[in-house]
Amino acid sequence: MDKLKKMNKTTKSNFITYAMVIVAYIIMQVLVSAGVVSSLMTGLLVPLCIYVMMAVSLNLTVGILGELSLGHAGFMCVGAFSSAVFSVATVDTITSVPLRFFIAIVIGAVAAAVFGVILGIPVLRLRGDYLAIVTLAFGEIVKNFINVVYLGMDGKGFHFSMKDTGSLNLGEGGKVIINGAQGITGTPKNATFTIGIVIILITLFIVLNLIHSRAGRAIMAIRDNRIAAESVGINITKYKLMAFTISASIAGVGGVLYAHNLSTLTALPKNFGYNMSIMILVFVVLGGIGNIRGSIISAVILTLLPELLRGLNDYRMLIYAIVLIVMMLFNWSPRAREFREKYSIKRFLNRKSIEKEEA
Amino acid sequence: MKKAMSLILALSMAVASLTGCGSAASGTAETESAAAGTTFKIGGIGPVTGGAAVYGLAVKNGAQIAIDEINAAGGVNGAQLEFNFQDDEHDAEKSVNAYNTLKDWNMQALMGTVTSTPCIAVAEETNKDQVFQLTPSGSSVPCVQYDNAFRICFSDPNQGLKSAQYIGENGLATKVAIIFDSSDVYSSGIKDKFVEEAPNQGIEVVAQEAFTADSKTDFTVQLQKAKDAGAELVFLPIYYSEAALILAQANTTGFTPQFFGCDGLDGILTVENFDTALAENVMLLTPFAADAQDDLTKKFVETYNKNFGETPNQFAADAYDAIYAIKAALEEAKATPDMSAQDLCPVLETAMTKINMDGLTGEGMTWTADGEVNKAPKAVKIVKGAYTAMD
Repeated sequence: MDKLKKMNKTTKSNFITYAMVIVAYIIMQVLVSAGVVSSLMTGLLVPLCIYVMMAVSLNLTVGILGELSLGHAGFMCVGAFSSAVFSVATVDTITSVPLRFFIAIVIGAVAAAVFGVILGIPVLRLRGDYLAIVTLAFGEIVKNFINVVYLGMDGKGFHFSMKDTGSLNLGEGGKVIINGAQGITGTPKNATFTIGIVIILITLFIVLNLIHSRAGRAIMAIRDNRIAAESVGINITKYKLMAFTISASIAGVGGVLYAHNLSTLTALPKNFGYNMSIMILVFVVLGGIGNIRGSIISAVILTLLPELLRGLNDYRMLIYAIVLIVMMLFNWSPRAREFREKYSIKRFLNRKSIEKEEA
Repeated sequence: MKKAMSLILALSMAVASLTGCGSAASGTAETESAAAGTTFKIGGIGPVTGGAAVYGLAVKNGAQIAIDEINAAGGVNGAQLEFNFQDDEHDAEKSVNAYNTLKDWNMQALMGTVTSTPCIAVAEETNKDQVFQLTPSGSSVPCVQYDNAFRICFSDPNQGLKSAQYIGENGLATKVAIIFDSSDVYSSGIKDKFVEEAPNQGIEVVAQEAFTADSKTDFTVQLQKAKDAGAELVFLPIYYSEAALILAQANTTGFTPQFFGCDGLDGILTVENFDTALAENVMLLTPFAADAQDDLTKKFVETYNKNFGETPNQFAADAYDAIYAIKAALEEAKATPDMSAQDLCPVLETAMTKINMDGLTGEGMTWTADGEVNKAPKAVKIVKGAYTAMD
């Protein structure tokens, strides 16, 4: 009986998370079709999906696995570039857009997952903050590596160089796909809000089911006490690697959406650098470490905020920073928590029902 | 009771914020109908925060001067210009957001974006929506790949080509070393074309030394390689802040070749704590020099100095010319302010190819249908801490 009650609670919580995403989707679709949504909001729908996925993905590493990753933008970068290369190369040969985009998503997820495994195998065996250090380096290496890569394609296949476009020796009708620092231009704009939402739902399905599965409990056991987990026979590296790889591949899919939402893709410090990784970490920390629903909400709010503050012109980023600090204090300072508990709606409603029962 | 009050307050706040959104939406609709037909709405996009802010601010200020001048002189076709500049933080994604914000503002023509990568992303959107776009400084090739996009500056390959030709034709050197930023679109774009053109001009590229945005403080290795390769001239297709360091470090290692740069070097004399004596004899190919003696430049520099307290760089001049080019095109097309952006776009496209304009960055500027500008590059040499025109 006790077990059933507990099960119901998690199922209910998961259901609320799915319902929240679906309701948000329906509301936005109705508003968009009614034509009352501004172009800014319409343009922000796909980026919102991307950042929600990134936050959920990082929360899996930070909150559930309990390891710090400072290079999540690196996985996003891998997913973005691998899928964009595929899409640009096959834009003429695979004419079915859904098929091409589906393959691109798979390629992005697999490429990021491969890098997740490569990084994870040596690093996740160690104790301490090594994952943070290595992922930080990984993110920077990926970004700088892509800036010197030249990749072209002609009738004979792919040509690769790290010097310049001239040394690609492209044949007749060949085209340059990655042009060094100029990146990839002309990626088809296939990412839509609907696809973004569907991928978010799939992501949530995978992550939430993982968390509440046998494997998820093993992962959380490792997070809470590694020695105890090891002593009951949990294969530490296997479960750590599982969580980290899934996290990386979701980040890769986020990158695929990013690449197919803009026609130009360059690896700048701004979009795939250290700052972006920290940005995603901020989403996770503000939303609550280990709280998937919180990550979704904070990613949405923190992505919307700088855009909604555009009216403040020069003070925009200043206000944004202040809001971040205030939110952090409101969420975590002991006084604020006390205050919230005192004045929470839930408590108020509970009090009401208790009073009613008593009456 | 207290609880009830707080709940009611919370609810009313939530409702207020929701209805606030609703009224804001209808509010813009009202202003749209009121303002339509009286002013031309020109949008601008560029970085005014972050690492590239210096370029965005220059463009914003330069454009504002042009807008004020035009409005003071009676506007365009009898209508005033309205200018709205949005920040893109030098990021493609933010740039599209900025563009959408301007679209909600009912922008009729776009002056932007300032930097190349965001420009490519925004050009995709303007082409889809058919909005006229004129970038002051987006120099990479795909920025103007669509019919609706034009630019004021030279394209990157064009600068590389012109630099190689200038060095070759004037016999400045036969052995050239290049130090460039491989992580920068502008720098690598110029370098690629320069290397391609060099053999045609009898120039031998003896060293190509790269640095990246993450390691742009120590250039001794690159300089040493250039020196060992026997370079007579070092070509610097980079921005002035790094070039200032290169000049200082070349001086300490005793390496004294001829230095030659592109428009990115403009501004080197204003770098703080930089000994301008080091820049003596540096040559650069730039369309704008702040101490040129023609009336237009003198007036512009004076106004800029008065309003913003600094000497304008080439980006400000490009923006100033961009606004005047839009004005000329609007006049050529006999456009009226009640036309929508979609109506204006095709007429401005044809008008752009017909106008002939004298601006800060060139005389008799004309545009081709593929968006490129025709103007003569000016080479200047730094003599006694000031730009001196070369011929």
